[in-house]
Amino acid sequence: MLLDVDDLKKSYDGPSGPIEVLRGVSFALDSGQTLALTGESGSGKSTLLHLVGGLDEADAGTIRLGGAEVTGLNDHGRAALRRGSVGIVFQQFNLIPSLDVDANIAFQARLAGAADPDRIARLTDALGLAGQGAKYPEQLSGGQQQRVAIARTLAARPRLVLADEPTGNLDEATASEVLDQMLELVAETGAALMMVTHSPGLAARMNRQLRLSAGLLQ
Amino acid sequence: MTRACLQALFSHWWRNPLQLFTLLAGLGLATALWSGVQAVNSEARSSYDAAAATLGEARFDQLVPRAGDTIPQQTFVALRRAGWKVAPVLSGTMTANGIRVRIVGIDPLTAPGGIGPQALETGTDPAAFLSQPVLFANPEVADPLAGAVPDRVVPDKGVAPGTALTDIGVAQRLLERPGELSRLIIVPRQPMGRPPLDRIAPDLLRRPAQGGSDVRRLTDSFHLNLSAFGLLSFAVGIFIVHGAIGLAFEQRRAMVRTLRALGMPLRRLVILMAAELLMLALVAGAIGVLLGYAVAAALLPDVAATLEGLYGAQVSGALQLRPAWWLSGLGIAMAGTVLAGAGALWRIARMPILHSAGARAWSMTSRRWRRVQAVAAVALFLAAGILARHGDGLVPGFGLLACLLLGAALALPLLLDPLLDVGMRRTRGVVSEWFWADTRQQLPGLSLSLMALLLAMAANVGVSTMVSSFRLTFEGFLDQRLASELYVTAEDKAQAEELQAFVASRVRAVLPLLSVETRLAGVAADLYGARVGPTYSENWKFLDSRKPVWPHVAAGEAVIVNEQLARRAGLTIGEHLDVGQGVRLPIAGIVGDYGNPVGQAVIGEALFRKLFPEIRATRFGLRSNDPEALRAALIRELGLPPGAIVDQARIKAFSMRVFERTFTVTAALNVLTLAVAGFAMLMSLLTLAGMRVPQLAPAWALGLTRRTLGRLELLRAMLLAALTMAMALPLGLALAWVLLAIVNVEAFGWRLPMYLFPSDYAVLGVCALAAATLAAAWPAWRLSRTPPSDLLKVFSNER
Amino acid sequence: MALLLILLLPIPAAAQGFAGMGSDAEGFAVPRPDPDFTFPGDHGSHPDYRIEWWYLTANLEAPDGTPYGLQWTLFRSALAPGERPGWQSPQIWFGHAAVTGPDLHHVAERFARGGIGQAGVRAAPFSAWIDDWRMEGETFDRMRLSASGPDFTYDMTLTANGPLVLHGQGGHSVKSAQGQASYYYSQPHFAIEGRLALPDGEVPVKGTAWLDREWSSQPLAADQDGWDWFSLSFATGAKLMGFRLRGAAGDQFTYATWIAPDGSAVALDRGAFQATPLETTPVAGREVPTRWRVVVPDKDVDVMVAALNPQAWMAVSLPYWEGPVRVSGSHQGRGYLEMTGYE
Repeated sequence: MLLDVDDLKKSYDGPSGPIEVLRGVSFALDSGQTLALTGESGSGKSTLLHLVGGLDEADAGTIRLGGAEVTGLNDHGRAALRRGSVGIVFQQFNLIPSLDVDANIAFQARLAGAADPDRIARLTDALGLAGQGAKYPEQLSGGQQQRVAIARTLAARPRLVLADEPTGNLDEATASEVLDQMLELVAETGAALMMVTHSPGLAARMNRQLRLSAGLLQ
Repeated sequence: MTRACLQALFSHWWRNPLQLFTLLAGLGLATALWSGVQAVNSEARSSYDAAAATLGEARFDQLVPRAGDTIPQQTFVALRRAGWKVAPVLSGTMTANGIRVRIVGIDPLTAPGGIGPQALETGTDPAAFLSQPVLFANPEVADPLAGAVPDRVVPDKGVAPGTALTDIGVAQRLLERPGELSRLIIVPRQPMGRPPLDRIAPDLLRRPAQGGSDVRRLTDSFHLNLSAFGLLSFAVGIFIVHGAIGLAFEQRRAMVRTLRALGMPLRRLVILMAAELLMLALVAGAIGVLLGYAVAAALLPDVAATLEGLYGAQVSGALQLRPAWWLSGLGIAMAGTVLAGAGALWRIARMPILHSAGARAWSMTSRRWRRVQAVAAVALFLAAGILARHGDGLVPGFGLLACLLLGAALALPLLLDPLLDVGMRRTRGVVSEWFWADTRQQLPGLSLSLMALLLAMAANVGVSTMVSSFRLTFEGFLDQRLASELYVTAEDKAQAEELQAFVASRVRAVLPLLSVETRLAGVAADLYGARVGPTYSENWKFLDSRKPVWPHVAAGEAVIVNEQLARRAGLTIGEHLDVGQGVRLPIAGIVGDYGNPVGQAVIGEALFRKLFPEIRATRFGLRSNDPEALRAALIRELGLPPGAIVDQARIKAFSMRVFERTFTVTAALNVLTLAVAGFAMLMSLLTLAGMRVPQLAPAWALGLTRRTLGRLELLRAMLLAALTMAMALPLGLALAWVLLAIVNVEAFGWRLPMYLFPSDYAVLGVCALAAATLAAAWPAWRLSRTPPSDLLKVFSNER
Repeated sequence: MALLLILLLPIPAAAQGFAGMGSDAEGFAVPRPDPDFTFPGDHGSHPDYRIEWWYLTANLEAPDGTPYGLQWTLFRSALAPGERPGWQSPQIWFGHAAVTGPDLHHVAERFARGGIGQAGVRAAPFSAWIDDWRMEGETFDRMRLSASGPDFTYDMTLTANGPLVLHGQGGHSVKSAQGQASYYYSQPHFAIEGRLALPDGEVPVKGTAWLDREWSSQPLAADQDGWDWFSLSFATGAKLMGFRLRGAAGDQFTYATWIAPDGSAVALDRGAFQATPLETTPVAGREVPTRWRVVVPDKDVDVMVAALNPQAWMAVSLPYWEGPVRVSGSHQGRGYLEMTGYE
């Protein structure tokens, strides 16, 4: 099993006491699988994604990635996890504004020490970014930016791709096109994909669907 | 509505006390620096003004005796009765309860306006000045004087230090010099049809207003330095104020939008914000003035000592908080605020109501703005070049300084940008590549504070260079002019003869100091007769000469002139100068004569004695291998008073001590400027910190730890500071060059040679780096401790 | 100059001695009725009295007919009665000199202390001087007169063609209803001739001059705030000296002397002399009357007196108006007008 999540709990401080966002979530995901995570706003989807991606620390429960415990890691360990094993695509196309497209795409792979120019070139072509390499993020359209983010994530060959409403900022046609490209490329690498989405249509295209409600899986 | 709006506006400060503090502190520090320098400067100046007014020396031509120090009162009456409007002055010192007090007697009926004690000008019973004897004394000497004279003594702060001013009749009685005067002031507007002066009073010499006794010209050099420093500190201050206000406005854009959405008229909102700003400026200005006062109070004793030691000008060591400083300090705070706030308010006024409330990127990023900036910088540099080549006078000199500074400040980001680009291209490694790229992106946001840092460092480099060059030059001057081991003053000509006979067998050389006031090449000047020997040839350094200088001078075939005379009369080596009675000699050397406003020429002793047989030396330089024994012998065997013998070592030691104090002042001001610039940087970084999180969060999400990010932030500040320092060095040197080679020449007629002090600059660089590091440390630390949840918010969909 | 202003304020000088002076003479001698002047002694100074002046005005004419006026005044003002040697002297001297033309007016002012020789007056042979300004001669009837300023000098000779005139009761001239008085005599019969040096060159001039001598210790009552003084010479040969002292309350004290062509003088009754301003001119930031109606019913005088140059403002430490006037109406003639206290 690539990803094994067991009884995961997380709460945040709110204005009127702690808010329990996750109240004991367990699930597993294998390589090559795709998983859609759906639920109402505030149901804890993004939090679950952040915990799995090593962006935040859980209060209780365990996350194992490739058999290794992720939950006990310190800042450093989690940073290494983010660099090497996990790739994250956000809704807000989190590109680095000071770097051009080429540098952005290569960034994570180079951080992980796994930059492969051929692969980057292939990804760039596949995502229709050829000729855009010298541009800066602010000069790109939303769809292009998200393609860059996807290329950056996949260039590092993560074992697990996490996507948080990756097409939420895009119009329907573009969204569908970008999703197709992403699914295709993920399938190519054999990585697992876990995607948070509001859209039943998108969710339906995944192998599995999980629905979060009030911090619990249904 | 106004109330609710004000409440909303103010609530921002209560919620963000740190911002309020930075705004007030920024404005306050800038004002403090400005008013501190101004206070030191104006306090010293007003002391001279009092002195100059008392003596009537600064503004009026005077008549002084050609020989001796006395003018008979009858000469005064004769001049008046011939139609010459002159006013008598008698001055001398008396000892009152062990304290030496300078008594200056004037005649209020004939003295031109502005001469006389302030109390008289402003309304105590003036008839009493004439009918009942009264002395207006500087408060420091009023008490001892009151115990020593039968007359009424009134303390008056307007009277020069150590001085008491009184009616001339009282002065004649106290100084026991009935019927005698020291000099006559020539009233500026004279009647028509007067007979020539030398027909009435051939024994008197007319001394022009800006002559040798004008204390002010001497000390102006030092004050000019301080003024230049004040200008620089003001520039630094404006940058800080700009930063502080930009911050305050950027952070409240959301509130402004909300208030407008709720129906607040834009006009009123802008007016209220302007009023709020001015109120804050007033508070910060008041804090700044007090702070500046504290700085000045701490520095003033040193400044007073510096000036007194350097030039013999007496400056009262006590500081008074004058209304003018309050006003100028507050004015600067307000003006700076208006200057800096106008743009921010304008932007608020033009902001569309539905504009994104998020913190906007700094407007300077735009390409158009950068082009404007580049054009302005180039134009300023061009103007500086033109002023340097063709400018004539003090104002163009200062204009040149301003152009240079502003141009450099504007050019700084434009120069740093390609440098960072080069850095980015040359680096290997993804993190360092990102570091360079990100640093480059930060540049617009930091450029204001970097400009402030640039100006601060350049000012420090410039001022250090200037002061140190000053010192080296002065040391050389001392070596040249104080070559003899002992200087002895005889009371009269008889004692002078005795002295010469006494020392003849005891010293290596006796150097009589022969001089006469005269006019050379149409300029008032002192002519010296030198007994040429190794003392002169070993110690005098020429700015320009045709060798061999001294043998020709000794033979009465050449003359040496000082730089002042050469510049004023336009003389060069080889030209001929009439030294008197038609004797024309070629100029063999031009000598630097630092700090002396009067032209000087030196001829051989034999020629001097031939031309001026009536002049006898009463002062002598003595070359001795054992000055201590000689000094003892002169006191014991010849009965000279110890005060008549000055040894060179003491003068030099004293002079050097004076310079140490100058350095204390300079160093203190340096530290202060750097602190202020560091503060500007801190504020910029704090302002940017809020914007940094969204920029840094992706890098963090992609696998950089917060600690690494914090460390990189610190490194970034140091890199920028180091690069800025690299630019500040040439700018500072250019600044020093302008001050020494242009401003000083225009102001005083001599050029200070410029020396370089690499170790000083290294220390300054380290200090600047330290200031930048300190400024960046806290924001970086805060960044490294940002909770992940804050970083995550950047990615949150619900945002 | 502020100093001098304050210095002179408590001293009721001729120029503007209208404020702050009570009737207390503070140890100074006080004029008594029916004095017995002795000449030349009384031409000299009287240091026991607080103030004194030698006050000469002249109407002149250049060869081309251009009219000029000239003033030469030496004031003595004592801080204390009597004289002491050197700088200790309590006697302050100051001089005013002016040259006035239809479109020019040059003024000069001098100050000096008594006791050192810079200024003073000697009775015989007569000499009055301050700095280079002089009025001196073997006798009071024939004198040289000179003065200089930044933009003028003059050098004149004076020749008396008539007797001295004593004002009031044998030279005792009452100045207020409370009895303030001065000693006052004049020599109104001088012929004057000499040269004016002006910025544009020298001008030979001749004409007539009028010298007033007055000394006192308490010349004005406390409530009097200024005066208007006229010296008029009519074409008939008669002369009129008249003044009006303006009280703060608006009441006036007028006084006049009528001098017949033969030099005999009569003091007119109080109120017999009436002077009324007809027109004012803005001068140095204030309104000054420059055209007057002067009426002396007893002598059938009803004339208009107009300034030759309305801008004859004496911009000295204590400024006042003084200049030549022209007389028309029942009598033709020339004269001088002095006005003080127009603030």
